[in-house]
Parts: sequence; structure tokens; C-alpha cells
Amino acid sequence: MSPVVEAKGLKKYYDGVKAVDGLDLEIGEGEIYGLLGPNGAGKTTTILILLGLTEPTAGEVRVLGHNPAREPLKVKRLTGYLPENLGFYDDLSARENLLYTAYLNRIPEKEAKRRVAEVLEVVGLKDVADRKVGAFSRGMKQRLGIADVLLKEPKFVILDEPTSGIDPEGARQILDMIVRLRDERGMTILLSSHLLHQVQRICDRVGIIHRGKLVAQGTMGELGAVVEEGEHLFVVRTSRVDENLLESLKGLEGVTAVEAEGDLVKVRATADVRSQIARAVLAAGVELVELKGHTYTLEEIYLRYFQE
Amino acid sequence: MSAVFWKELADHLGSKRFVIFFFLILIVGGASAYLAAQALFGQESAGEFIYLRLFTVSGGGLPSFLGFLAFFGPLIGVVLGFDAINSEFNRGTVSRVLSQPIYRDWWINGKFLAGLTALAIAVASIILIIVGLGLYILGFPPDGAEISRAAMFFVISVIYLGFWLSLGILFSIVFRQTATSALASIALWLFFTLFLYMLAGLIADQVAPIKPGVSADVFAKHESIRDLVLRFSPVALYEEATTAILIPSYRGLGIAALLQEASIPTSPLPLGQSLLIVWPQLVGLVALTSVCFAISYVIFMRREIRST
Repeated sequence: MSPVVEAKGLKKYYDGVKAVDGLDLEIGEGEIYGLLGPNGAGKTTTILILLGLTEPTAGEVRVLGHNPAREPLKVKRLTGYLPENLGFYDDLSARENLLYTAYLNRIPEKEAKRRVAEVLEVVGLKDVADRKVGAFSRGMKQRLGIADVLLKEPKFVILDEPTSGIDPEGARQILDMIVRLRDERGMTILLSSHLLHQVQRICDRVGIIHRGKLVAQGTMGELGAVVEEGEHLFVVRTSRVDENLLESLKGLEGVTAVEAEGDLVKVRATADVRSQIARAVLAAGVELVELKGHTYTLEEIYLRYFQE
Repeated sequence: MSAVFWKELADHLGSKRFVIFFFLILIVGGASAYLAAQALFGQESAGEFIYLRLFTVSGGGLPSFLGFLAFFGPLIGVVLGFDAINSEFNRGTVSRVLSQPIYRDWWINGKFLAGLTALAIAVASIILIIVGLGLYILGFPPDGAEISRAAMFFVISVIYLGFWLSLGILFSIVFRQTATSALASIALWLFFTLFLYMLAGLIADQVAPIKPGVSADVFAKHESIRDLVLRFSPVALYEEATTAILIPSYRGLGIAALLQEASIPTSPLPLGQSLLIVWPQLVGLVALTSVCFAISYVIFMRREIRST
């Protein structure tokens, strides 16, 4: 099966500024792929190239088997895009806004009306369908944006910061909706965001983009393993923390650093030294309450990449 | 493209500013035509082409309808165009609309055609209302020659207003702020309707000053230089073109025609001959409109879509 998105050596320069600089990207069918990166890293530019809205300076792109720069209409017919700064015509109702999109997609009138009613139901805006969009809250507009994307029944959906500026409950609903799109409709989803815990929750694979380059890519586990390489972090909870205990932990072979935080002790080591830690704690005459290896959160992984 | 066209046309016809300017011109134009009709009604021999004179005769201190349309008509054109593109950028609808499967030029073409259609509807209804008014006051129907000349007048007026529409659209692409593009359009309107007339006189005075006792040659040169400068203005082109169409005995422009007039009987010309006289002006108007739109088109097609 050919991948949904295939990009090689993608470059885009704006007046000498390198927005995207040799980016390789591959997204498989039915995947939720999270594109992470600080502001100005080239996320939106990459998305615009994938949609054929801007031409790359160099490099090759294929979206659903088509070249977006040469066959933009074929790509845009199959791809739904939720822009970062989403805008609607404020003086039209939600239904009218969606109907306009439907007509732009050349969906016949009867079918368009049916689909508009259906997607409004899906995003839970059925009751306000005939209200003017100008009166909508940010969260409602975002949901209307998702309805707008679903309208053309795309195979591939690009969501640029879908939850920015939305309250936690609204964000949760939107994230659930995204997962359902994949599960129920088999859509492939590219999600750009810098809200790490949200990306962590729903994405199958994550790519970290920095200064126009993809600096890391993989599943959460893979990314964690890369960071963890050569270094382990253990969290020890004991009944009491004293100098004696810290000294003996520091003396263990392979331990590089020991930090005390309240009744927690963080031990960094070059190898798995859990048994040695347990013995050292008991030998110091302290009760061992908890000892665990640390799993990295996306935030920690992300920060590690930008510290380097 | 039809989806864009119908949406934009509906927007125009329903917009407050279009309605305001439409009624402004309708009331002022209607009043001047009414006064002209009153003035003509009193005359023993109003002569041929009385319906056309409704448009050109001024009465009761008001300028003629033609004068009003030449002066205020541009405002309707500009008002329909000045925020065509930049308001879409400001609202953030650009990336959403252009990510639909449409070619980028459909959008700007659809907007231009919709604006032109709205202008045509406005001009046609105002002309028909004035003819109806004439029918009511004068009590007899227009003949075939009058109708064909009125139709020609309609076509030229739409092209003229189309120039201002495309100028508005051009500024809406060049300037990011709608206020800037509105002000720039109004500045150009004032320049063409007021200042260029003064400037033409000044330049002519400099090149061929008229002093007491100068020969007819100098006088003719003064006039031709004045005309030459004025013909850079679409307003002057429009006034010349429509004067020839609406006054069938009109034989030419400038001093030469004025001198000839004494020796030539002032019988009306057929429509074809009148058109021949102002053919250069008509071509000039069409060219100005096309060039203006072509520049907008090229800039828009090269514009990067990034909304932020």
C-alpha cells in the first residue's frame, strides 16, 4: 500500500528565509500523525505545500499519489484542510457557509443539503445551524470548521492547530472527534500542534520539526527510547530521605546523578540499577515505598530535542 | 466558478453599501432627469431624441444625469471592489476557500463577474426607471433609434463602472487593510474627476498660453493639449463617448469640430457613425478596464496564501 503522504527533500525559501529546509515525511494510510514544533518551525508551510497552495522551492511531494503542485484539484478534492486561523463569512448562517463549501466542491444541491445536515449533526451544531456564524464562540467555529472539512468526505485530513484557544472540555470533544474520524471513516489525519499532551494522547506517530527539518520521528515509545539511550532515570520513594541514603546511592556503580525532591529521589544511571538501588535503600535502614523506571512524556522528549 | 459568482452576487445585492449607493444615484439621477423632463416639457419644439435628452439636459440647477453618473458612478464600482480580496484575508477565509477544489483564478474571475453583474443590474434599473419617468411625463413611447442608443449608453456605462470595480479589486489585492484600499480608491477617484481637469488646464496654459490676440492655431493647440491630458482619465473618456452616443448630432470633439459646426448642418447621425467618432474612447475604456484587471489577476496568482 502506497503511503498517503510522501515527501522527499522538501525545501521552501521565502526571500532567502528557509521556512522548510530538506524535510522528509511519510504518512501511512489510517494513521494519525502529529507534527510538532515551535512557532515558525515550518509546520504551516509544509501543510500549504502538501495542499498545493504554495510551490516548494525544491523536493518531491506526493499526496494520495498526486503531485500537489501539478494537480492541485485532484489533491484538494480528496484532502480536507482546517486552517489555523479559521474564518467563516460572519453574515451567513452556519448552514449557508457549509453549503457554499459544498457548491465549491460541485456537490449537487440535493446531496449538498443532505450532507450539510449530516455533518452539522456529527459536530453537534444542529440546533444552531441557522444562526449567523458571527455570533459563534471560538469552540463552535472550530467545530463548524471540522464539519466543513468532513463535508467533502475526504480521504486525508490536515488539521492545523485544531485545539488552540479552546477550553479543555471543547478540546477534549474535538480530539475525540478526530479519533472517531479515523476509527469510523478510515481517514488519515495529519495534526499540527504544539499542545504536547494532546498530541501524545491521540497520535500514532509523531514528527518533531525544527528550523524546517524533521529532527525526530516515530511512535511515542521509539522517541522515548532515543532519548533514553545510554541513560536511565529511576524514581525512588522512601519513608525518609537523609544524607546517608543519598551518599550510598551516589556510591553505586553506574549512577551518574542523584537528586532529592521531598520524599522522592531521582537517580540517573547508565544501566538498569534497580536491584542495586533497592539493596542500598534497605541497607541504609530506610523503608522502600516505591521504585520505578521513568517513562518519558512527549513534553520531556520535545524539550530534550530543543535543548540540544 | 458559478458557485463563487452566485455567492458574490447575492452578497453584493444584499449588502447595505450597495443598496445605499444604488438609492443615492437613483434619487439624484431621478431628480435630475425629472427636472430635465420638466424643462423639456415646457418647450414648444423639444425636437427629436427627447428621451436621450432626459439623460443629458440639466435643469433647475442640477447637473444632468450623465454628469451625475460620471461623477458618482465610480463610487459604486469602487465600493463593490475595494475589499474583495483583503477582507477575505482578514477574515481568514482565504485558505479555507482555496483549499477547496477550485482554481485560484476562478475565485477572482467570479468576484469580478459578480461585481460587474451587480453594476449592470443597478445601471439597467436606473435607466429603465428614468425612461419610465419620461413615459409618464411626456406621454409617448421612445422610438427604435432612442432605444438602441440608450442600450449603447448602458453598455458604455457598465464598462466605465467596470473600470472602477477592477481598480477597487486591484487595490484590495495590493493593500492588506480595507481602509487603505478604500482611501486609495477614493484618492484616485478625486484625482480623475477633479484634479486632472485642473491639471490639464494648467499644462495647456504652460505649453500654449492664450493671451489676447493669439492666433487660432495657438488656441487650437491649447485645446488639443488639454484634451490629450484629459484622455488619460477614464472619466473624460466616458463623458466624450456617452455624449456622442446620447447627442446624435454631435460630430466631434475639440475646437476643430466646433469651428466646422458653423458650416455643417446639425442633422443627427446614425448610431454607427456616432460610434465611429468615439471608437478610440471606447477602446481606451475597455483597455483601461482590462489592464487593471489583468494586473490584479497576475498579482493575485503570485500572492502567497499564508494568512498569518
